[in-house]
Amino acid sequence: MTIADVANLHTFVDAFRFIGDNPHFLLEKAWQQIELSLAALALAAVVALPLGVVLGHFHRFSGLAIGASIFGRAVPSLVLIAAFLTVLGIGFANNMVALAILGTGPMLTNAYDAVDGVDRDAVDAARGMGMTGGQVLARIELPLAIPLLFTGIRIAAVTIVATAPIAAIAGGGGLGDIIVNQASYRLAGVLGASFCVMLLSAGVFLALAALQSAVTPKGLRRSTLGRAPSS
Amino acid sequence: MRLAGGGPVIPNFGQGSSCVTGDHVFCWGWVKAHWGDTLGPALVQHIELTLIAVAIGFAIAFPLALLAHRYHRLEQPFGTVAALLYTIPSLALFQLLVPFTGITRTTIEVALVSYTLVILFPNIMAGLRSVPADVIEAAQGMGLTRRQVLWRIELPLAVPSIIAGLRIAVVSTVAIATIAATLLRDGLGSPILDALQDPIPFKTEIYSAGLLAVALALAADTVLVALRHVLVRWPRNAE
Repeated sequence: MTIADVANLHTFVDAFRFIGDNPHFLLEKAWQQIELSLAALALAAVVALPLGVVLGHFHRFSGLAIGASIFGRAVPSLVLIAAFLTVLGIGFANNMVALAILGTGPMLTNAYDAVDGVDRDAVDAARGMGMTGGQVLARIELPLAIPLLFTGIRIAAVTIVATAPIAAIAGGGGLGDIIVNQASYRLAGVLGASFCVMLLSAGVFLALAALQSAVTPKGLRRSTLGRAPSS
Repeated sequence: MRLAGGGPVIPNFGQGSSCVTGDHVFCWGWVKAHWGDTLGPALVQHIELTLIAVAIGFAIAFPLALLAHRYHRLEQPFGTVAALLYTIPSLALFQLLVPFTGITRTTIEVALVSYTLVILFPNIMAGLRSVPADVIEAAQGMGLTRRQVLWRIELPLAVPSIIAGLRIAVVSTVAIATIAATLLRDGLGSPILDALQDPIPFKTEIYSAGLLAVALALAADTVLVALRHVLVRWPRNAE
């Protein structure tokens, strides 16, 4: 990288030229990143959602749900990825587990809150009509929990997709490979890949926001797009 | 990094203790020997990065929130821009700022400040909005002006929410600042990235720097919780 590379706004033009010149390469890298993200999201969902829902149904172990979200914020993704690399070695498995752990926090917390927070009167009414615990969960609690449940999935997905590029430092591939390898791709390539990463994340965010309003039961719909990431 | 300035491919792997050369899980001796030249300075840099980012972020978010509180139409645009901004991965954002500010600490800070805005702005707004309408009416009935209502009623009652926002902002900034090391060797991310570049990733360096980052986040959080207890004198359940 030269000094001229850094100081020049025309680098953005070069960055778009890089995107135009290497569409297949970038798509391949983007697909690697999507694969890794999907695998991590699936792993996190399989662990966190049933656990959160069941704990919420029985209103037990709220400390675990709160602890998961605090842990998720306090442990930097770079530290998590580097630490798992020392245990599982370089490659897909290490990154998948590290990213899945990042996604577990928001999903577990939101799944717990979603089911735990269902109106007690509605649950009591259902029981009064003779529903069993399983029926209450399936027909009352889960439908009412969908918006918050999906918020957890959405936050986890956006977090995982946004963190996946960092996996490149531990052999995870993806667009991050280009971003952390300025020696090979020069600043133009790094910026081009950064744009693609940004578009990918924004695309996932918007697609999930649209999907969320589609899966929300009619009676519960309201705008969720502008809500703070902190809530 | 065990030796600044590179040198041979495996700088001083052979000079380490048997613990270091044997790739043991954690070498306490290495931590003590390299606190002064590696871990300590990285920790200080990390604290600087975080404090500057949160301070500037608060200085921008606070007046913006007061503005949006006064002119409600501004809130939705601010909120949407903030939510989209937060989806930009930090690894990419650091690089995308390079043409403007170069490979400098300024670039790191601009990115970190942007992320703190996304967290602080909505939390300050939520705090201001949480004040019950009858409290404000009572204040107005006592003859307080709009400015007095803001500074004597709304802001004091918004303190818990503002501190909640600061807690999330500080903890997130500590985490995101580790990634800044991919741009410029600064903060606790540097020893981790250096350790990853060894032929066999150096575990002690990864674990010690990682633990310091987590400890820093938790310590900062504890300080803010203590600050909340000092500033908020009414009981928790009365909020």
